[in-house]
Amino acid sequence: MENNTSRRDFLVNGLLVTAAATATGCGNNPFAPEEKVELSGETVKLLSVDGEIIEIDKAFLKPIPQMPPLTNSEERKGIEGKKFVMVIDLARCKNLKKCQEACNHAHSLNPGQNWIKVLSMKEAEESAPFWQPTTCMHCDQPPCVKVCPVDATFKRQDGLVLIDSDRCIGCRFCMAACPYSTRVFNWGEPILEESVAAQPYSCETSMPQKIGTVSKCDFCPDMARMGELPHCVSACPNGVFMFGDLNEDSVTNGAETFRFSELIKDKAGYRLMEDLGTKPSVYYLPPVGRNFPYESGLENLSSADKQTH
Amino acid sequence: MENLPSLTKDQIIQDLLPKKFGKIGMIWTFTLISICLFGAFAYYRQLSKGLAVTNMGDYVSWGIYISNFVFFVAISLVGSLITAIFRLSNMKWATPLTRIAEIIAVSAIVFASLIIIIDMGRPDRMLNLFLHGRIQSPIMWDVIVISTYFVISLLLLYLPLLPDLKIMIKFKAQSSSILNKLYLFQGSFWRGTSEQFKVSDRAITILCITIIPVAFSIHTVTSWLFATTYRPGWDSTNFGAYFISGAFLVGAGGVVVAMFIFRKFYKLERYITEMHFEKMGRIVVMLSLLYLYFNINEYLVPAFKMKTGEEAHLKGLFTGEFAPLFWFAILVGMVIPILILVFKKGRKPLPVFIAGIMIVIGAWFKRYLIVTPTLLHPFLPMQDAPAKFHHYFPSWEEWAIAMATLAGSLLVITFFARIYPIIPIQETITEQDETCMSLPPTKQPE
Repeated sequence: MENNTSRRDFLVNGLLVTAAATATGCGNNPFAPEEKVELSGETVKLLSVDGEIIEIDKAFLKPIPQMPPLTNSEERKGIEGKKFVMVIDLARCKNLKKCQEACNHAHSLNPGQNWIKVLSMKEAEESAPFWQPTTCMHCDQPPCVKVCPVDATFKRQDGLVLIDSDRCIGCRFCMAACPYSTRVFNWGEPILEESVAAQPYSCETSMPQKIGTVSKCDFCPDMARMGELPHCVSACPNGVFMFGDLNEDSVTNGAETFRFSELIKDKAGYRLMEDLGTKPSVYYLPPVGRNFPYESGLENLSSADKQTH
Repeated sequence: MENLPSLTKDQIIQDLLPKKFGKIGMIWTFTLISICLFGAFAYYRQLSKGLAVTNMGDYVSWGIYISNFVFFVAISLVGSLITAIFRLSNMKWATPLTRIAEIIAVSAIVFASLIIIIDMGRPDRMLNLFLHGRIQSPIMWDVIVISTYFVISLLLLYLPLLPDLKIMIKFKAQSSSILNKLYLFQGSFWRGTSEQFKVSDRAITILCITIIPVAFSIHTVTSWLFATTYRPGWDSTNFGAYFISGAFLVGAGGVVVAMFIFRKFYKLERYITEMHFEKMGRIVVMLSLLYLYFNINEYLVPAFKMKTGEEAHLKGLFTGEFAPLFWFAILVGMVIPILILVFKKGRKPLPVFIAGIMIVIGAWFKRYLIVTPTLLHPFLPMQDAPAKFHHYFPSWEEWAIAMATLAGSLLVITFFARIYPIIPIQETITEQDETCMSLPPTKQPE
């Protein structure tokens, strides 16, 4: 998956450069390079839009720092042919919160906002406690999408539930509707670094955050487009999170790759609150044969939660 | 009216024409205006700093703005009860109360819409509701039915006002020139011909029939804002009927309070009589019993099962942090008013007024108890979130804004009563004539 995407990216980037280069012939066109390019003499072969192989001077190639921006309707449609899925192995979690740290950092979340919460769970009085990282469940029957009056939160064909913060009116009905309490609200003006604040808003990066709108875990579709894993997945040193594509039937935490169906079957995977009929895209593997004792995670409890423990 | 047979037409007109504010009226109006201005200042702060000035958090994401909204929608239902249901069931005695009920309905529905805009994180994007609105969301249903209800209520206020406008234009010496211009603008086309009365009566009948399903819809849909979610305390098929019965109760409570105050300060003892308090008292008892019945359904059935999700919520209400408020709302909002009004002596004006105040205050807290406690008991434990999100008590800005909307609705009612006759003049005259001349026996009051 990774290779494919990056090769495609290279081609896309290359083509854009080609288009710019071939267009320089005409006098008054918007694609004309601003400065004069000194030919290097070296040429490269590229595939043109029409499918022809063309040769241009290397000097015309320049790296594009970012992926070409997607339109809002492309972002609402999703990545074709994908059906994203996550598996969270509770036997591996010791509340290190590296996932949370990486997620908060990558999305410039403000203090007090956590898209990933690591919950201390205990099903019954006599049963054992365990750590449960919770992300957005990206439900296939998302209660939040049902109630949104303006289509600001929407379900994509690749299974993701995203938010358009440019459209959200801040009614917070989705927060009331979500049984997983996954959504956070920008009650005040978000404090952002200048570089983040200057970015054009994208539903896929969920940045920059906007005052008076809702946000939540987005499964990092911007990373998926670059062929990379979501930040929480790559940040976890214990390989708790496995991310992948249901259509390919494979999930990976970066180090190990599993056949999704076999993993779920072998380890008796389950989803949260199955009885509500929300059909989440996040599966949990029960905390059986644990790598760490529950107690080892207690030191990472947030100060607010320490009081209740 | 059986008890005012001696009144002449001129007397009725002089009694019922709007009067200038007295000293108390001035103090009252300026108090309300200052509360509104203070609320406007709080809202200015909220606009510039965002909803961060409230004490809402990611768990309690709806606070007193929303409970206040539910309260307003509830109390506005009384317009349909007294105007439409009583009219269609030919309960003539309620005629002097129709305009009071209708102005309560109109002002409440206006402030219901306002408070919902105040609650929005991005009021600047309100147009998105029309540009990108999706009919699957209960919020859109609410937008549709509330605006429909507002228009019908406004018409039901306006059409019966037309004959009275004619009277006021005739007696223009008794009001200022600005008001006379307003009366002329609103009612100069009304000549009072039998043709016009026929059209107007027919329109009122149609509106009265239409407003009943619309009124049921506004509060049912408002209950669905909660009942369409999964949360314990909201996930109930009882919610629509529960909300409607509560709405009729608080609306009737509001009307008896308004009746008492108008009667006292406008000296309307000959028009709003003890008979009206007696009859409204009976209606309020019936509505309280009905609401109590739905409350028993709403709390006792889940409490019998004590499902895990419901348990924390219900215990919080019965014996936990919300218990004082919960029992206050049940006792003061329902049980004590029933005990007062069930006796004949309790249905005199003053006790009815006291019971009405209890009902309205109880109802306001009841709405708070419907919204907030549920949000403090989510399915997954409240962890990894700031400690302040674990509790909710409204900030001063929230109190100021909520109180300002309440004051604002009272202000609308006050100004309305200053500008227009709060008791329909023409209808009172007509009914008196009918009584005196013992004309069509079917129209005899009981």
